[in-house]
This record gives sequence, structure tokens and C-alpha cells, in this order.
Amino acid sequence: MHHALHIKNGIVIDPKNGVKAEKMDIFVKDGKIVEESEVKGEDVKVIDASNKLVVAGGVDMHAHIAGSKINTGRTMRPEEMRVVRNIANKFRAAVGRVLLTSPAIGYEYAKMGYTSSFEAAQPPIGALHTHEELDAIPMIDKAALPVFGNWHFVFKYVEAKDIEKLKTFIAWALERTKGFGVKVVNPGGVEAWMYGGNVKSLDDQVPSFNVTPREIITSLIKAVEELKLNHSVHIHCNRLGVPGNYETTIETIKLAGGFSNDARQVLHVTHVQFNAYAGDSWRTVSSGAEEIAKTVNSMDNVTIDMGQPIFGHATAMTGDAPFQFTLHRLTGARWSNKDSEVEGGAGIVPLVYLPKNPVHALQWAIGLELGLLIDSDKVVLTTDYPNGGPFTEYPYIMAMLMSKKMREGELEKVSPYVQKASNLPAIDTEKALEEVIHMTRSLPARILGLPQKGHLGVGADADIAIYNLNPLEIDTSNDFEKVYKAFKTAEYTIKSGRILVKNGELVDEHWGKTYWVDATGKVDMEAIKPDLEDYFKYYSVELQNYGVEERWLKKPERIVI
Amino acid sequence: MAEENIVCTFCGSVCDDGQFDTEKFKSKKLCKLGSSKFSKKERIKAPMIDGKEVSYEEAIEKAAEILVNAKKPLLYGWASTVNEAIRLGVILTEKVRGVYDQCASVCHAPGTLAVIEEGLPGGSLGAVKNRADVVIFWGSNPMEAHPRHGMRYSISAKGLLIKDRKQRKVIVVDVRPTKTAKLADEFVQIKPGYDYPIISALRAIISGNADAVPDEVGGVSKEKLVELAETMKNAKYGVIFYGLGVTQSRGRDRNIENAVKLIQLLNRHTRWIIWPMRGHYNVVGAGEVPAWEAGYQYAIDFSRGYPRFSPAEFSAVEVLKRRDCDAALIIASDPVAHFPRTAVKHLKSISVIQIDPFPNMTTLVANVVIPSAVAGLEAEGTAYRMDGIPLRVKKIVETNYWSDEQILEKLLEKVEELKR
Repeated sequence: MHHALHIKNGIVIDPKNGVKAEKMDIFVKDGKIVEESEVKGEDVKVIDASNKLVVAGGVDMHAHIAGSKINTGRTMRPEEMRVVRNIANKFRAAVGRVLLTSPAIGYEYAKMGYTSSFEAAQPPIGALHTHEELDAIPMIDKAALPVFGNWHFVFKYVEAKDIEKLKTFIAWALERTKGFGVKVVNPGGVEAWMYGGNVKSLDDQVPSFNVTPREIITSLIKAVEELKLNHSVHIHCNRLGVPGNYETTIETIKLAGGFSNDARQVLHVTHVQFNAYAGDSWRTVSSGAEEIAKTVNSMDNVTIDMGQPIFGHATAMTGDAPFQFTLHRLTGARWSNKDSEVEGGAGIVPLVYLPKNPVHALQWAIGLELGLLIDSDKVVLTTDYPNGGPFTEYPYIMAMLMSKKMREGELEKVSPYVQKASNLPAIDTEKALEEVIHMTRSLPARILGLPQKGHLGVGADADIAIYNLNPLEIDTSNDFEKVYKAFKTAEYTIKSGRILVKNGELVDEHWGKTYWVDATGKVDMEAIKPDLEDYFKYYSVELQNYGVEERWLKKPERIVI
Repeated sequence: MAEENIVCTFCGSVCDDGQFDTEKFKSKKLCKLGSSKFSKKERIKAPMIDGKEVSYEEAIEKAAEILVNAKKPLLYGWASTVNEAIRLGVILTEKVRGVYDQCASVCHAPGTLAVIEEGLPGGSLGAVKNRADVVIFWGSNPMEAHPRHGMRYSISAKGLLIKDRKQRKVIVVDVRPTKTAKLADEFVQIKPGYDYPIISALRAIISGNADAVPDEVGGVSKEKLVELAETMKNAKYGVIFYGLGVTQSRGRDRNIENAVKLIQLLNRHTRWIIWPMRGHYNVVGAGEVPAWEAGYQYAIDFSRGYPRFSPAEFSAVEVLKRRDCDAALIIASDPVAHFPRTAVKHLKSISVIQIDPFPNMTTLVANVVIPSAVAGLEAEGTAYRMDGIPLRVKKIVETNYWSDEQILEKLLEKVEELKR
């Protein structure tokens, strides 16, 4: 194997380093991007990238790729497993339509030129399961965000206004779950579900605790910012999937107002499409995207991701257990639920997005509105896999954001309801290629706090995608089919300096790292020990048996704060 | 020396509060079933080929030859080993294009079929301990099968909202008065095979259609059914724990499907969950691991190089009855003792490899026997409790036996070598 690469004559787009479609060479050694002088005298493999687009590997900052939720989805939906993507050969058998097996997840990301993906909701007590599945995904780097917003410890420290202990608890929990950052799902609402309810505003009291969603969110932001974690609080807002919820989303976004961070946002609001509905029922529902976009654009410390629905099959799976039950009641589909100790819950419901269904068409339009109306420096491209659909259709979203003509064609195929309930038909914006590259690479890497990802500067991880697309010649407004096709399968995917995909075919297997953040050095871990020992009486496992040791993971990468 | 908080590897309760004295080789706090596993037991002494003692390497080499030369081997068992071994087993099955099946196919698999039909509205055992004010054991008998379940999670367990046994109503629905029924506040005796109509009657009553219910269903009076339905509706947080009495009696998966629909209905009034009382300590892992590796929980055929799922064709008993496998690897299980006679007959006629710490009936028909370390005592690894909560089982004593994981790693390596 060559340990040095020379990617020659490619047209590079590298937004973080200000490279806008320039013909230049990239050099790789020992898994990193290096200066040309570093590879002198080495056994260098030359890749001819003439007239081809060279970018950093894609970074998926929010997908459900590992753990009990997706695996329950697989069990519940054998009909999803009939699509055969690879017959066992040098590589593993890989199957799945939208829900994929673990090998298929790694292979499909790699074929698309993506090299990192973050599991967006790890039930803390299930952390070991999540990591087992992450360890079964080949090709990519990964990490998991444990869920905090309905954890009784969090309620107790917020109730006591004890930010120091909350910080300590976060550090403890990240270490125990080998987690990367703080995810919040419907704060307070999942606890209310244990009594059959939900919260309806930021100021509802959580049952049995003297706290509100507002207090939970602001306290967690304060704690995460004081700890200076790589990633900010990452929130799935209250009232997801309810007409009229866009106002709650805007209120939530504004909670970031009092905080700042030089390196990144202080609040990331996820799959906003599901939280961007105006109107007061499914009959009167309309888009709240424009108002949300205005709010996000006016603030310099908040980012979002789209949660774009893709027409076709999907599976709703979230830690928002009461929402999942509502969805089950609405559609009559199968429903799995998991109430989890004193930590929260989750639910799973199959789903299909139909273009002729007015609500589904509106959801599709809202996702695109958010992508188009929000500054490209603040919105990341996601489908909230598999909630909005497959990640394998990211190229569709990329192409749509760059072409009004493509959108016009697609609009003709969907329910006319979107014409009056959304502004999508009136939006002329066409994102530039470099903006879309930013939204799928450098921006998510910055939001996650991973300086070595999402760009091609010297010192970056050699995670590189080469596409059959010449940015100097392509007319992204009109040649959308070519754009779509080019991004669908990479000419080359290079992960940590190794060529994994060539001409859209897998050529090599690689096992990526699992990042986790260790902030235990910043706090006094003794401070919460009595609380842990006391409150663990409400667990069904022993405190000493709770959590994941680093040596159990395949390739852990500890990031010390 | 006493080891604290050991994780028991007998039943699906996976109690993690055990103690073990390594000098006396004796456990504390575990139940009868658990402490028997954590004591000195008869073991398979050494690897064997056709009854002759050999080295691990020789046995594994022979096993690899059998698997590679077979047209369609069956790899069955898995419920009493750790996920790390199961994962290698799934990959091995894919490699030799065989059939993967696990103990659930003769046990709780009808519950999996019901998940496919209706989902699984459930919760963790900690949620039950903290919140459940009504607990129904339906065709399950934890006092015999999961002796510490009641104390740790479900009957007398104290939690956040349930501070006292009196605050929880325990109901047993079964065909005979079981040991668990003696501890219950109420015992509802039903006629064998009448689970489905009784669940339907409860659904009718709860949805306001009591008129449609006859005076007696499956040996239970309408009056009693109305009372039970009221108890369920008035619960704050209820749970049904079902067992083999429901999955392996008339109606099978349809019983569970109906029960899940009952739970869906109850959640329109209050909170209810349902969960299977899984038997072996890691039978959940034996389904979860292949689900992420290959998309399905059991009865998986890899003969075409990709996984296909069909319980009526690819479960071990069906494959054996059809004589549709020409070799078998049996791990952590004893099909000779438990399978129907026609299935065992075929098993006796083909090459069998066994991997197990303990001798059993299957040892007698195995051509290659590979003894392994006892997970939880001599080897570590991950297991999923009956509610899917992952726990790391520990290695607390030294051994010369190889672990299942080590054996399968080497076996997979050999198979890859031979296939090259």
C-alpha cells in the first residue's frame, strides 16, 4: 500500500481555506494532508484528477446510524431489508432500502464521498449497544451524542440552579457513555410522557420537578459553554411535528441570545423542518420557514440543519417518545416505544412521504425553504436519516439547492397545496457549488468542533472525495441531472489517506475512529459522587456496571478538554 | 478474594449485583439458578475429534474444513454467549453461506413476528421498577424461571413512584396456579389456548363495546373481565410481561399481536407497556447482533451470498426436518435435548461441531467438540438483558479454556484461509 498520494490537477473547492474552484494539487502522507515537500522521495501514488472536483470528505452531523432505535427499526421492518446492495465477496453482504445494515451504512457513505457520520441520539444506558453498532460500521469516522434533556440528574441540578454540578454531571456522562456532546430531545416532554402527557410550551412545568424546558435548555447551554466542549448543545425542540410549532422553535433559538463562543455557535437546532409549521391544525398548516430563517440569520451564535424529507420510504425514530405515539395515532402504523430508566425514552414508527399528500409535500417544501433562505454559513444539509429518508439522497438536496429549474420541475409533481402554504415556488435563490460544499463539509465540521475535518488544508485528515464534475465548466442551474449523478457516486473516496472507493466501486475496507470528549479534568468528579450513589437506587443496574470502557471500543479517539 | 457486582450469565434478568468469592469458588446474592452456574460443574475436558482428545488448533482446523466443505451448514445456538462471539458467528455464517439461527426460533420468536406486525411498545426494567403500579404476568412465571425478577424489577421492587409493595397491584394470568400466582394480588385462571379471545374481550370492553362480550370467555366470567379492564384503565403505568405460555400456545404470534393492540389502546387512556420475559441471558443479543449485521434477528439464510429471512423455511428445526443442511455448528445450546425427533435424526446424520463449556446431549452426536470458557466467570463480553439493556459480563477467574470469541476468531481465520 502507498502511504503517500499526489492528487494531481484537480479543481479544488475548499471553503474553509478560501479556495474557490482552483486547479491545484493535494498531497497526502500518513493519513494527513501535507505540503508537497513532505512526499519527496516517497513511494507516491499519483491520482489524475484533471477536470474533476476535489473536496473534503462529507461530514454528516446528524443521522441515526447505530443503537437500539435503528436496530428496533430493522427488526420491525424486514421489508426494508430486501434491497441487496452487495453480495458477500471481498466485502460484507450489504442490504437495506432506507434502513441499512451496519456494513451497508459504511459502504453507502463511502460510495457517496462521505467520510464521517455522527449518531445523533444515544440513550445513555444503551451507550454500549450504540458503540457496538458504531464499531460494526466500516469505512467512516464516527461519534455519538448522548441525550440529556429528560435525565433526572439534569432536572435535579437545574432545579437546584447548580451549574457546577451540572457541568460535572455532563463530564461524567460523556466519559461513561464515550459520548461526544450534549443532545437534548424535547426537554421535559419525554418525562411528561411517562404520565401520558407532553409539554406544550417552553414554560410548562415538568411533572414532579420544579423545572421548565426553558430552564433546562439555558442551563445546559451555560454548562456546555463553561466546559468549552467541542460541540454546542444540539437540540431537537419541543413540540416537534405539531402545527404552530415554529413559534416555539423561534423562542428556543432566541434562548441562545445571552451566550457567545468565538469558535462556533452556542446552540445547534436540528432537523428544523419538523419544527417549522405555522397554522393551527393539519388542515390549516403552512410553512413557518421564513420566520425561522429571519431569526437564524439575525443571530450569530445559532446554526441549524434541515431534516429534509425525501419522497418515498422513511422510518421515524427519535428520543421524542410522545411525538412517536402521536404519529402512530395519526397514521395507524406500527409503533415501538422504549421508556428508559430515569433518562428519557424513544419511539419508532414507519413512514412514507408521498408527493401528492399535501402535508408531505409541504414538509418537503419547508426543508428546502430552510436550506435556501438561511445563510449558507448557518444551515447544514441533513435528512435526519432515516426520519426524513435516506442519506443516500443528499445529492438530490444539493442539486435542488443549486437549481431553480430543477425545483420547478419537482414542484409540478407535488401536491398544489405547497403553492399556497409555502414560499418555495417564489424563491429564486440558487446556492453556489462552494456554498453546498460548505454545507456538507466545512460547516458541519466547524459546528461539531472538529478542526481536522471538512477541509483540505495542511494538517487536515486526508478524508477526500473526488467527483466527476468540473466546477469551472458546470452550469449548476441547468445541468442539475449531471450534478446529481456526479455527487451520487464518487470517482474516488479517500479516508485517512487510503483509497476506499474508485469509480463508485469499493476497493478497500477501513475502520474509522470513534471520537469521544473527555472533560473530566475540568471538574471535580467527587462533587457528584454522593448524588450518583444515592439516585442510582432508581436504576436497575449498579453504578459500577454503568457505562463503557475505552478498551471495549475498536478505535477510540479521546479528545481531552 | 470477593468480587463485587458480578454480572450473572444465566437467565434474561442478568442480575448485576452478585458477589463471588474466588477462593471458595462460591457466589452470593444470586438465585439458585445463577449460583449453580457460578459453581464448579462438570466440564468438557479438552477439544475432541470423533471422541479423541486433540489441541484447540487441530479441532478448529477440522471444524473449518467441515464448514468450508459443506454446501449449506447450519450455525445454531448463540443465546448463551456474548455479542462479540455472536458477531463473529454471523460473519462466519455469511462467509460459508450457511444458515444462522438462534434459540429464539423455538422460544420467543413469535414475539418478534408480532413486532413486525404491530411494533413493541415497551420500556426498560428500571422504568417498571420506578413507575409500574399494575404488573401483569401473562403466561410467564418469574418465580421459577427468573427468580430475582420480582425482587429487582417488578413485584416487590421499590422505585421512584412505587415506594412499597402495597402500592403495586400484581396480577397473574395463567392456565394453572404458578409459584408467581401465590405472590400475586390476583390470579386469573384461563383455559389453555384461550389467550387470544380473552385479550380480544379486554379490547372490546376498554373500547366501549362490552355488549359484544359473552358471559364467559376462556373460563373467565365477563364480570371478572370487566373488573380486569377497569384495573388496566385505572392504572397510572401498567406493564404486561408475557412468557412462553402465550408465544407457544394456540395463536402464538397472533396472541402477542393482539396483546400489543391492547397496549396501543390502553395508551389512549393512560400509560402501558408490554415486554417479553426472555429466557437465556443473552438471547436478546443473539437477535440484535444479526439485526445490525444482516438485517434480521433469526432464521437467516446466506446461501445466495446475502441474507434472506423466512422463519418457516430457515429456522433450525425446519432446515433440519427438511434435511436442508449438510453440516452444523452448535454453540451454547443443546438442540439434541430440545428439538423434535425428526430434526435430531438429521442432526445425527451430518457432521456436527459443538462449542460449549458444558457437556450436554448434543456433545454425544458431535464430531468435533470444542470446549469454551464460561462467559461471566472465565471470559468477558457484552450481553443484553431481556429489556435490551447492555451489560458487560466479567472475567473473574483464570482458565485454560479459550473463550467463544477466541475460538470463533480463529475459526473464521481458518475458513478464510481455506477459501482463498
